[in-house]
Amino acid sequence: MTKENNALVRVENLVKHFPITQGIVVQRQVGAVKAVDGLSFNIKQGETLGLVGESGCGKSTTGRAILQLHEPTSGHVYYKDEDLTIASASTLRKLRRDIQIIFQDPYASLNPRMTIGDIIGEPLEVHNIGTPKERRERVQELLHLVGLNPFFIKRYPHEFSGGQRQRIGVARALALNPEFIVCDEPISALDVSVQAQVVNLLEELQEKFNLTYLFIAHDLSMVRHISDRIAVMYLGKLVELADRAELFNNKMHPYTIALLSAVPIPDPIKERQRKRIILLGDVPSPANPPSGCRFHTRCPIAEELCKQEDPPFEEKQPGHWAACHFVKKAQEYME
Amino acid sequence: MEKREVILDIRDLKTRFHTREGVVHAVNGITYQVHSGETLGIVGESGCGKSVSMLSVLDLLISPPAEIDTEAIYYKGENLREISKSEMRRIRGSNITMIFQDPMTSLNPVLTIGFQIKEPLKLHMGMNDEQAAQRSAELLDLVGIPDSEKRLSDYPHQFSGGMRQRAMIAIALACNPTLLIADEPTTALDVTIQAQLVELVKEIQEKLGMALIWITHDLGVVAGLAERVIVMYAGFVVEDAKVDELYGNPLHPYTSALLKSLPRLDGTHDDTLSTIEGMPPGLLEMPKCCPFEPRCEFAVDKCREMNPLLTEVEPGHSIACWVDMKTGELR
Repeated sequence: MTKENNALVRVENLVKHFPITQGIVVQRQVGAVKAVDGLSFNIKQGETLGLVGESGCGKSTTGRAILQLHEPTSGHVYYKDEDLTIASASTLRKLRRDIQIIFQDPYASLNPRMTIGDIIGEPLEVHNIGTPKERRERVQELLHLVGLNPFFIKRYPHEFSGGQRQRIGVARALALNPEFIVCDEPISALDVSVQAQVVNLLEELQEKFNLTYLFIAHDLSMVRHISDRIAVMYLGKLVELADRAELFNNKMHPYTIALLSAVPIPDPIKERQRKRIILLGDVPSPANPPSGCRFHTRCPIAEELCKQEDPPFEEKQPGHWAACHFVKKAQEYME
Repeated sequence: MEKREVILDIRDLKTRFHTREGVVHAVNGITYQVHSGETLGIVGESGCGKSVSMLSVLDLLISPPAEIDTEAIYYKGENLREISKSEMRRIRGSNITMIFQDPMTSLNPVLTIGFQIKEPLKLHMGMNDEQAAQRSAELLDLVGIPDSEKRLSDYPHQFSGGMRQRAMIAIALACNPTLLIADEPTTALDVTIQAQLVELVKEIQEKLGMALIWITHDLGVVAGLAERVIVMYAGFVVEDAKVDELYGNPLHPYTSALLKSLPRLDGTHDDTLSTIEGMPPGLLEMPKCCPFEPRCEFAVDKCREMNPLLTEVEPGHSIACWVDMKTGELR
């Protein structure tokens, strides 16, 4: 992918394979789960890039591999020209002030034995920022920022509801004034009426601090709401990437088309009129992905070529990337 | 529409759980009817009592800690609260069946799929093993599992999530039920698989004509599936209406706020999502006033004094609210 000036994060050919081993004493590798298999994309300063796909397609692994929480098998991740994949531990630690993550499960990502003051203050402590008093003040400021009462500082996570816990997770991610935050399904564990609260908070904070988000989710309606650009993943590969409006109005990849048609709309009249493309079968195993185009086993328009040749992920129109041999046919099929 | 027979009639059902922290008021007096062949959606957030109310109907809760208190629950004129355990067992699994949320845990991992489908057939229909095996294969065909005869000897771990849910549906359909209760059957699955299953259930319902109760928190799924929708909040039914009415003209502030807080793929509202401030109430204390009052933008003094009962305000459209949202005045 060409280098753009305003790209904050550049991912080049990112690959993450998890080994499958056999044997208890002597372990041999008998295969690999190809969770992420050659991704390239940019994230621009100040934007929200939505990353969507079904469970097991490798979207969370991508987020973690970008942060080097999973060491990538190969490929490069540049954060402002610094290659994170070859950076030394100490450089990486410094860079981690700027890049943060919000986790999916607000019940599992907060240590139940720490007070929320300690949880939010921990990044400050790790990076030796400020005196204990300054740190406490900063934590209170952060609590206020995410809409929680600063007096809660001595409470424990179990005293909070799911939505409030996710706010604590957001406050922790913000503690070091980061520029880039990976939001790994931050709302999927929350109730419908609370999801909107957290999403609005994330949007507000983005405006205030000029944050850049990689927003990982499987809820397409929410991704459409929050993202500037959207990337669609299938079985470890990107199949389509475009501006939000472009992606919804001019879908190119048959998977994107089917995926969007499968999302129910809360409107009974529209639901009855909609044409649905129902994909057959299940997502194949990433340990043994199909040859050629990985989507060909479920694709309604697949041809012989798709079984043999993996379509390149290329820029079909300015800013609109897709990986399909038959974009025209896919779009005609949709109509 | 022709007049349809009432098959399930729930009257003032209350379910409480006695726990160490106190009494949890999970379901607080719900009343509604299900007609034959009808598709009813029950929508609500987690903890609103939508699953518990169904488990209470089928007497699947362990008591204690559960305590069920109801005027009556009629299934085709028979009061389910008064019949014996063995009669209940006859109805459950053959006349009224249920599909559960998590296809990963609701099948027994050490028994073959075939065994688990054959079980209700032998138990309720008195089939022998051979007949049951044949019928099981037909059922797997019906739910769209290819190579059905061979798959009968597979174990659940050999099936994917979507296929397990299909197998669950096959078990639920085994004895030609008159009422199928689906408790969040697609929540654990991906959207493309969800679309497959919704389509499948619709098809089967058309073919076999049973009534269907679909419990979910997803207002989108229900829109495309149900004829009538019930919205629950904190153990109460707050709105009950035909699907077009409910989405086009929601009369309860909670339903209306919930619909506004959803981002939509067809993009009717793109700006900031409207939110419902606060969170659902804890159920340890039975609310004296309207349970939604602390989060409601239309609340007036009366809402803090008395809990509104579910009343029909327009033909076929009931709500539990004192206030007319359009005028902001008491009804």
